Amino acid sequence: MKPILEIQDVGKKYRIQHMAGGYLSLRERMLSTLKFARNEVEDFWALKDVSFNVQPGESIGIIGRNGAGKSTLLKILSKITPPTTGKIISRGRIASLLEVGTGFHPELTGRENVFLNGSLLGMKRKEIEAQFDEIVDFSGVEKFLDTPLKHYSSGMQLRLAFAVAAFLEPEILIIDEVLAVGDAEFQKKCLGKMENVSKSGRTILFVSHQLGMVGQLCKTAILLDKGEILTQGKVDVVINQYTQYLSNGNEYVNQDATQKTAYFFQSIKSLSSNLKAVSAFAHNEEIVLEINFMAMQRLKNTHLLVAINNKNGQRIFSSDISLDDYDIKVNAVNFAYVTLPAETITPGNYSFFTAIHSPNAIGYDVKDNVCPISVYDNGSAFTQYENKWFYGDVFVKCSWRIK
Amino acid sequence: MTEPEEHTIDSSHRGFFNWKELWLYRELFYFFTWRDIKIKYKQTVLGFLWAILQPLLMMIIFTLFFGRVLNVPSQNIPYPVFVLSGLLLWNLFSTGLTNSANSMVSNSTIIKKIYFPRLIVPTSSILVSLFDFLMAFALFILLLIYYQQPVGWNALLYWPLALWISVIATLGPGCLLAALNVKYRDFRYVIPFLIQILFFLTPIIYPVSMLKYPLLQYVLVMSPMYAAVELFRFPLTSEEMNLTFLFISLASGFLFLILGILYFKRTEDFFADFA
Repeated sequence: MKPILEIQDVGKKYRIQHMAGGYLSLRERMLSTLKFARNEVEDFWALKDVSFNVQPGESIGIIGRNGAGKSTLLKILSKITPPTTGKIISRGRIASLLEVGTGFHPELTGRENVFLNGSLLGMKRKEIEAQFDEIVDFSGVEKFLDTPLKHYSSGMQLRLAFAVAAFLEPEILIIDEVLAVGDAEFQKKCLGKMENVSKSGRTILFVSHQLGMVGQLCKTAILLDKGEILTQGKVDVVINQYTQYLSNGNEYVNQDATQKTAYFFQSIKSLSSNLKAVSAFAHNEEIVLEINFMAMQRLKNTHLLVAINNKNGQRIFSSDISLDDYDIKVNAVNFAYVTLPAETITPGNYSFFTAIHSPNAIGYDVKDNVCPISVYDNGSAFTQYENKWFYGDVFVKCSWRIK
Repeated sequence: MTEPEEHTIDSSHRGFFNWKELWLYRELFYFFTWRDIKIKYKQTVLGFLWAILQPLLMMIIFTLFFGRVLNVPSQNIPYPVFVLSGLLLWNLFSTGLTNSANSMVSNSTIIKKIYFPRLIVPTSSILVSLFDFLMAFALFILLLIYYQQPVGWNALLYWPLALWISVIATLGPGCLLAALNVKYRDFRYVIPFLIQILFFLTPIIYPVSMLKYPLLQYVLVMSPMYAAVELFRFPLTSEEMNLTFLFISLASGFLFLILGILYFKRTEDFFADFA
């Protein structure tokens, strides 16, 4: 079967003009021509040699940092802007949702906007009429259908806009981050609708920063960086690589060479379960903290404490172990590894609190807010909970009994 | 399953005029026009009546100043009929040109987010003024009845013809200015002047025959609207038309049409980058 979309060596060059003022004015143009002095122009490649194929029915996630070229790629695929190099062959009707509610006008009523927006998205009037009741039903604003849009709350506007978009039935659907807005329940509804779309054999290209959503919706993904494809492949592999390269060194290293307390930390770093240094973890991965400490003396009743702070710096739980039963080398480096079970802390940003102490007596060395890590959702079972409510920082697998 | 149609976006080879695509998107012409008409008269008490009131008031003012005070000749028909017949088409031209010239900029949020043949935008702006024309035309008919102005049967041919020529005369410069406006916003300020100048250069409030210098006449008839106005008035005045003048005006209208659409098509791909 031929690919439904072939992207061959596509590149996009923008000229950045180094001058004041937003847009060109004729005067500036004429002046620069007269003076034979070109405005300082710099070429900027927003996209470079991007090639990939999309098979019918495939859902591809496109991820990357801001400015990686994701939106430019989608704009080229949606024919909004032409590529500077390369070519694209498509075999099917493309609809792109780079924004919800494109063309919505505040003076028009909800009903009128549905028709306007739908037809802008490429739906025929007959198609809109046929699905009108379903669209309205999906949006849940039937009471206000004949009210001008300017009297809608922003949430209602979004719902209406999503509802129109949800009923698009192209062979290829291009979606840019649009689901990042709107309330969680409605998002879920849209995600469900999109899953149906992809299951019904249509092709989806999906850009999002919500990695969990990408993971859930897409089987394969492309990682863009500085306009080029860094990796492409199975979605979890690509997401993993993306988060690896997002995370830079978070290791704590003791800089004070003169430290002479009985115990002190030399270095602390977070590791994956296969002991590679990383700072971003999937929700379903174990988090290992490697603590490297010096013991200058051997003192009784010494404990090692590790606690986790959430993004607000609040301690969410601790784990403590007595070192008395272990063979601790004096005047040498000791290694402690503590493993946080997978699926414990919910997606978000955290840091560690570590202490070597004698409980309620003395703290030999205390380090707070070290080793920042982030936990992300990669489309695991947790995705079903994502964004719905705030679940707290710890998701505990309690034992349940239901009678 | 039938093999789906293949579309290619090729950086080294850009397509030019795609009638098929324009036809595929034909409903958008309707939706854009319909939207603009709706919005134009939203939150007005008089609503569509404004489309009649505006030309009526202009007609009264011109009649008072030029018809009564200055005694401008009017090709043997009552001056109000004369001036309104010109104003009908002129308003189509001037509002159509203004709106289409600004259309790409005022729709830039849509242009940046969605693809459709861009030509639909300036064209629909002109279709909006066509609607105003039809409203004002009703007023014109009433005026003809009031003055018991005889109208030749050839009006059935000449009036639609004049209307078409007006649309063409508006579309060309409209597309040209719309495209230029995207890149150089200076044109936003040029357009009102341009229209003001053209208003005096086109025989709306006076007949061309009033001018004594033949050379000046040749300059005036270069206005693309000259032919439309002359043809529109012909069934009323039955005065012989100067075919050379007509030809010059028509040629200028078509020249602008070709120029406008060519420039528009040449630059439209990059509208989203500039708008």
